[in-house]
Amino acid sequence: MLNASLKELSNQLTEKKISSVELTSLFLQRIKKFNSDYNAFITTNEEISLAQAAVADKILAAGKGEALTGIPIAQKDIFCAKGWLTTCGSKMLSNFVSPYDAGVIERFNQAGAVNIGKTNMDEFAMGSSNETSFYGMVKNPWDTKAVPGGSSGGAACAIAARLAPAATGTDTGGSIRQPAALCGISGIKPTYGLVSRYGMIAFASSLDQAGPMAKSAEDLSLLLNVMVGFDARDSTSLQRDNEDYGRDLQKPLAGLRIGLPKEYFAKGMSQDVESAIDKALTEYRKLGAETIEVALPNAPLSIPVYYVLAPAEASSNLSRFDGVRYGHRAESYTDLADMYRKSRAEGFGPEVKRRILIGTYVLSHGYYDAYYIKAQKLRRLIAQDFAEAYQHCDVIMGPTTPTVAFNLGEKSADPIQMYLSDIYTSAANLTGMPAMSIPVGFGENNRPVGLHIIGNYFKEAQLLNVAHQYQMVTDWHLKSPV
Amino acid sequence: MQWEIVIGLEVHTQLSTQSKIFSGASTAYGAAPNTQACEVDLALPGVLPVLNKGAVERAIKFGLSINAKINSPSIFARKNYFYPDLPKGYQISQFELPIVQGGNIHIQLDGEEKIIRLTRAHLEEDAGKSLHEDFHGMTGIDLNRAGTPLLEIVSEPDMRSSAEAVAYAKTLHTLVRWIGICDGNMQEGSFRCDANVSVRPMGSEKLGTRCEIKNLNSFRFLEKAIDFEARRQIEILEDGGLIRQETRLYDANKDQTRTMRSKEDANDYRYFPDPDLLPLEISHDWIEQLQKTLPELPQARRDRYSAQFGLSKYDASVLTGSREMADYFDTAVKLLPEHAKLCANWIMGEISGQLNKENMEITDCPVKPSDLVALLARISDGTISGKAAKTVFESLWQGEHGKNVDTIIATKGLKQISDDNAIEKLVDDVLAANPQQVEDYRNGKEKAFNSLIGQIMKATQGKANPAQVNAILKKKLTQ
Repeated sequence: MLNASLKELSNQLTEKKISSVELTSLFLQRIKKFNSDYNAFITTNEEISLAQAAVADKILAAGKGEALTGIPIAQKDIFCAKGWLTTCGSKMLSNFVSPYDAGVIERFNQAGAVNIGKTNMDEFAMGSSNETSFYGMVKNPWDTKAVPGGSSGGAACAIAARLAPAATGTDTGGSIRQPAALCGISGIKPTYGLVSRYGMIAFASSLDQAGPMAKSAEDLSLLLNVMVGFDARDSTSLQRDNEDYGRDLQKPLAGLRIGLPKEYFAKGMSQDVESAIDKALTEYRKLGAETIEVALPNAPLSIPVYYVLAPAEASSNLSRFDGVRYGHRAESYTDLADMYRKSRAEGFGPEVKRRILIGTYVLSHGYYDAYYIKAQKLRRLIAQDFAEAYQHCDVIMGPTTPTVAFNLGEKSADPIQMYLSDIYTSAANLTGMPAMSIPVGFGENNRPVGLHIIGNYFKEAQLLNVAHQYQMVTDWHLKSPV
Repeated sequence: MQWEIVIGLEVHTQLSTQSKIFSGASTAYGAAPNTQACEVDLALPGVLPVLNKGAVERAIKFGLSINAKINSPSIFARKNYFYPDLPKGYQISQFELPIVQGGNIHIQLDGEEKIIRLTRAHLEEDAGKSLHEDFHGMTGIDLNRAGTPLLEIVSEPDMRSSAEAVAYAKTLHTLVRWIGICDGNMQEGSFRCDANVSVRPMGSEKLGTRCEIKNLNSFRFLEKAIDFEARRQIEILEDGGLIRQETRLYDANKDQTRTMRSKEDANDYRYFPDPDLLPLEISHDWIEQLQKTLPELPQARRDRYSAQFGLSKYDASVLTGSREMADYFDTAVKLLPEHAKLCANWIMGEISGQLNKENMEITDCPVKPSDLVALLARISDGTISGKAAKTVFESLWQGEHGKNVDTIIATKGLKQISDDNAIEKLVDDVLAANPQQVEDYRNGKEKAFNSLIGQIMKATQGKANPAQVNAILKKKLTQ
C-alpha cells in the first residue's frame, strides 16, 4: 500500500479492498510514528482528515469516485485551508488558522481527495534546504544527516518516507524540483498561470507556481489533472480548455529531440551527478531519442536575475505581515513604528529578513533602474534563449541540482552557496516554462540524483510522457529509503 | 512686489461602482466597521486582486469626456508604505502609464472662459480608516473603505487664484456627476481635493517651491486654504525667507494650514508594476462603445444653449450646473421653444430659489417642467402678469388645484385685464378724475405719467396688462 501508485490506490478504493478511512488512518499512523524522525509535517488534523475520508467513502460507495477520491494528499503549508493552521513555515503565522480555502485546496476537495496534513517548508518558501522553517529542519529520508532540499522539503520527504502517497508543492525558483531531486521523487512545476495562486501565500508573484509531487510521472499526471484550471480570483490564471495530462504517457520517444544546453553541463556540476545524468541520457537514446547540444547563453544569469526579482516582489508581498490584523504581534511596544519593528523582527527569520532587505534595496529610489529594470530585461533575454533552443529540440535536459543533497548545516552560513542550488531550476520560473525532476540514480553517500526536464509552454503532457517512458524502463522511481 | 499664485489640484473621486476595485465587497457608505471587508480587503495571506470592470469603464468615460488619451496598456503599480489602515502594506495604484493621460477642462469665471490642462487621471484603491476616538489609547481600524475605487485626477499648475481653483473643482464636480461616474458627495468623501500651491513674482516663468495642502473637503475650505497658504508663502518670501517643500494640513477651525510632513520625511514608495495584475489592455471597440453611452457634455450643452437659444454665457453656464438642471431646462424649452429665455429665467430664479430654500434637488421639484411651461405660456400670451405668475407658481409648488394652471388663475382671480376697450375705459376714468396730473404731464413733468399708471393699476388691483395700459395712456395723453 505504501509503495502503490495512485492508480493502484484508486483501484483498491473503487474495488472496496480498502476504505479511504482505512487508507487515511494508515498514513496518519505512519506520520504519528515517524514524523519525529523527519519533521515533514507541521500540522496534522486527524479529525478533519478522517471526516474527509468518510465523505470520500460515501462517494466511492455511490460509485461516483474519481481518480483521486479518497486518496490522502499532503498539502504544503503555504496553501490556506479552511480550519487549518496555515503557517507558511513562519513564526509570523504561528497563530493563523485560515478562514478560507486556496483554489488548489478547493480543487482537491472537489476531487474528493483527503488532506492528510500540512507539510513543512522553508519560511515563506525562501530556502533550498528546509532549514529556514520556524518549525525546525526537515531530514532527508535517504540520509538523515542530509537536507531534503527546499522549499517544498516537507512534501518531498513525506513522499520519500512514505508518509503520504502524494503532495503539493510550490516552485518559485526550484522549490518543487530541487527537493524532488534530493529526495529521489518526481515533481513538476507547470507553466505559469495554469494552477491558481489564489490562497497560496505569495513569495514572488510573477514566479510562484504550484505543482504536484509524487513517486512517478503517471501519478503527477493524475494530480495535475485536478490542480490545473482557471480561477477567476487569480488575474494571472489562464483560461484554457481542459487537458488530460496523462494522454501522451504511452507515446514512444522515437525521434524525440533532447536539447542539452552546454551551459548546464559546465563546471559546477559534481562528478556523481554528471555520471547519473549521463546514464539517464544513454537510456533515452536507447528509447529512440536523439540528443543535441543547444545554447542558452544568458541562462547562467538566472541566479542573479532571480535574486533581484524574487526579493523585490517578496519585500512587497510580505508587507501585509505587520501584526495589525492577524499573525504575530509583539507583546509590548511603545508606538506604532515600534509595534511594526518588533512584530516583524520577532516574526520573521533571518533568511526572510535578508530577502526583504535585498528586495527593498533594489526597489529603492535610485537603484530601481539599475537592478529591477535591468533584471526584467535579462529575464526577457533568457526567455528568448529558450525560444531559440526550442527551434532545435523538443525538451531540454540537464541535472536538477549541481550536487546531491548536502549535509544539514553545510550551507546555511553561506547564502550564496545556498542560492546556487537553484542554478539550473530558476530559469523555468523566470520564463514561466514547465519543468520537472525525476530520479535517475544515486550519487555520493547513496543520495538521489534528479534529472531536470524543461519543456516549452503548455508542454506538460509531453514532459510527463518523456518522464514516464523512462520510468517504464527503469526503477529509480520505485526505490524507497524505508 | 506683485506675486502670482500658482495652483494645481489633485482630486480623488470615488467611483460609483457597487463593489470594490479589486474585490467583490460592497462599497456602500456607513455600514458597521469591518462588515464590508472581505478576505481580499483584509489582505489575508494568499489573496489576490481582480480588477473591477466598472471602475475601468468609469475611468475611460472620464477620459473621453475631457478629450484625454486613453492609455492601452496601462499599468497597475504597488505603492509601498506601512500604515495600519493600509492592509497589504502597499496601495495598488498606477504610476507609469496611468489609464487617462492629458485632456483639459474649460472653466468659466466672471464670464471668461479658461482652459485648465490635466496631467493624468489614474485608478487606485482607497485605504481604510483609522479611528482614534473611543479606543482609550489605542486605534481602531475600519476596513470598509479599503479597496473603494478612486480616480485620482491631477491637473497641471494652471490656476492663478483660489477662485479659479474653486471654479475648476466645481466644474470637475459637475462633470463627474454629469457622466455618472461619481456621486460627488463631499461629506462622505466621494470627492476630495488636495491643492498644490506656490507663489512667484509676477512675470516670472520659474515655478516657486510648492506646498501640498490636504484635507480639503468643501469648496469653501479649498478657497480659504489656498488664500491662507498663498498669504503665508508671500509673507515668508517678503521677509527674505524660503519656502520648504512640504505637505500641509488645512485646519478649518483655525482657518490655517500647518505642517503635516516635510519632503525629507517623505516615503520612498518603491513603486513597481504589480505582478498580480496584468497590463490593462483597452480595445478601440470598448472605447467606442463607451463613447456612445456618454451624454451630451456640459461644455457642448452650454455652446448649444448659446447658439440655439441665444442665451448668455452666464445663463448657459448656470443651467448646466448640473445635468439634472440642464435636463429640466431641455424638457421645458422643448415645450416652449420660442420662450427659452423666459424658461431660463424662471429655472434660475424662482425654481432654483425655492429649491435652495427647501434644500431640495431639482429632480424632486414639485413643479415639473410641464407645469412650469403651462405657467409660462400664460405669461407669454398675456393671460397673467409676471407678478400674478409668482402667485400661481406658489400654488403649483404647494400642489393646489390639481396643479392646473388655468384653474389656479381662475380660482384666484389672477386673470389679467387685456381687453383694449376695457383698459381704455379705465384710462379715461382715471384721466377724468386727475386733471391736474394730466396738466402736469403735458407741461413736461414725466413723473406724473407714473403716478397715473399707478392709479390705473390700483383701480384694477394690478390686473391690468401693464404694457397695454402704458401704450393706451401714452396715446390718450398725446391726443
